[in-house]
Amino acid sequence: MPTSDIRGRLRRGLPLYALILPGALFFLLFRYLPMGGILIAFQDFEPFDGFMNSSWVGFDHFVRLFGDADFWMLFRNTLVLSALNLFIFFPAPIILALLLNEARIRMFRRAVQTITYMPHFLSWVVVVGISVLLFSTQEGAINQLLASNGWGRIELLTDSSYFRPLYVLMNIWKESGWSAIIFLAALASIDPTLYEAAVMDGASRWKTMLHVSLPALRNVIIILFILRLGQTMETGFEQVLLMQNSLNLDVSDVFDTYVYRNGVLTGEYSYTTAVGLFKSVIGLVLIVAANGWAKRKGEEGVY
Amino acid sequence: MNRMSGSDRTFMAVVYAVLIVATLVVALPFLYVVIVSFATKAEVLSRGFFLVPKTWSLDSYQYLFRERNFLLSFRNSLWITLIGTFVNIALTSMMAYGLSKSWVVGRKTMNMLVLFTMLFNGGIIPTYLVVNQFGLLDSYWSIWLTAAIAPFNLIVMRGFFQSFPSELEEASRIDGCGELYLFRKIVLPLSMPAIATFTLFYLVQNWNTYFNALLYLNDSAKWPLQVFLRQMLIEAADSSMTLEIEGFEFGPPVKMATVVVTAVPLLVIYPFFQKHFNQGMLLGSVKG
Repeated sequence: MPTSDIRGRLRRGLPLYALILPGALFFLLFRYLPMGGILIAFQDFEPFDGFMNSSWVGFDHFVRLFGDADFWMLFRNTLVLSALNLFIFFPAPIILALLLNEARIRMFRRAVQTITYMPHFLSWVVVVGISVLLFSTQEGAINQLLASNGWGRIELLTDSSYFRPLYVLMNIWKESGWSAIIFLAALASIDPTLYEAAVMDGASRWKTMLHVSLPALRNVIIILFILRLGQTMETGFEQVLLMQNSLNLDVSDVFDTYVYRNGVLTGEYSYTTAVGLFKSVIGLVLIVAANGWAKRKGEEGVY
Repeated sequence: MNRMSGSDRTFMAVVYAVLIVATLVVALPFLYVVIVSFATKAEVLSRGFFLVPKTWSLDSYQYLFRERNFLLSFRNSLWITLIGTFVNIALTSMMAYGLSKSWVVGRKTMNMLVLFTMLFNGGIIPTYLVVNQFGLLDSYWSIWLTAAIAPFNLIVMRGFFQSFPSELEEASRIDGCGELYLFRKIVLPLSMPAIATFTLFYLVQNWNTYFNALLYLNDSAKWPLQVFLRQMLIEAADSSMTLEIEGFEFGPPVKMATVVVTAVPLLVIYPFFQKHFNQGMLLGSVKG
């Protein structure tokens, strides 16, 4: 390509570069500059000394990290919450979509959809807030109900054995409806003649759902499942942080909440940056691997 | 399809039953909170659990809307959402349009760089230190700027702009309009359904912003509603805290009223956007 052509395109592109500039600055200053800041994971960073004057310590923080019992607890908690999302949450929107697909009354379908989408628009503060109003030991509705019938109260929020079930149930409550959209779209694109053929063959509705609708979702399910595997390190930071309290820390502490507590609140900047970096690198490897896998499955990945 | 066998009838009954139960499970917790927010504190404390109050009252709301900290955080949330969404839409649409032209030099590199931020980031601490370095702590700019563009929205919007016929660009160039004129006067007005969808997404993001506010705003007078609500409800439920923080003597109905006021603005605007939004959902299939 002749240079004059490039020059021409550059000149013609000037107004477009002006449009791109503010956004590019955002990515540069608030996404790439912090990536450079990761270097403090190899320092003993002191805010008063600044980045230039803090001493370098190599991999010291990572050595400490892998020997830290807390680290393995964070890892275990992250994996458990992700596994719950994969095996308990993941099927919920699929089932919802399959059932909605069977319901033929339009008004009913629309009503169910509108209501089940709604929680997606609520913040985690509101959702966890509602759970507190329902489940807290003294004032919570459930416990009031139990107590007024003479049954014992259940420490749903402070007994750590309830944390994981509540975590995944709240996820299902909030996101099933919204996550069902993509499956409903796949179901809507099924060739109607397939259903007609099934009826001709005398298949019951249940059989039709199992042998026509569900197989049509197969590809979407596989791809979304793989992509979710890539998100293993992400457990919904705000939700976990909000559900966390001093009594359930042993099951609720994950990488991000640990970094927030010990980094921002306690000021261990370098060590927690190392913790965060470990999480981000594993996350990057998982996402890239998952997406490569999804692509090999013959479908478009996220990128 | 009219002749249903017995097993089909049972199956449909189960389908409708499960859907009704699922819908109730989603709706009831929120409905309960709405209903009890209209009860009196005395009735809640004496009766415990109930679904229909004996006396309906607006006391909680009257109390809430006289509470200074609540009003402050409500105003803060409106302000954060208003300016934040404007910044989001302006920066996202401008950059998306610039990157949608295949002849722009450096476009591929910039696309890659945008994409990479979806896979990897500096993490909480380095980002916090950068915001601190720029002197943005305790300023709303920390929230507006650190979340200025959601890369996913940018990529989808770019794909949308790419779907415009190239004749549009050629015709406008023959007519002598510049790129900026084309963008502002022709492309943007034609993109209103898409812009509406992204406006909804960004409105939700800004109104619901919680952690960034917690992280970057130390001054409690600057807190948005989400942080106020968390302070009032969740911190107070933790065994280490008492129910009375900052002299705020709330009974359960006032807490419920706060949840309602925090949630309702989004639930109210949602139907207005739903039309655009259903059209806009098609965007997902137009990948750029």
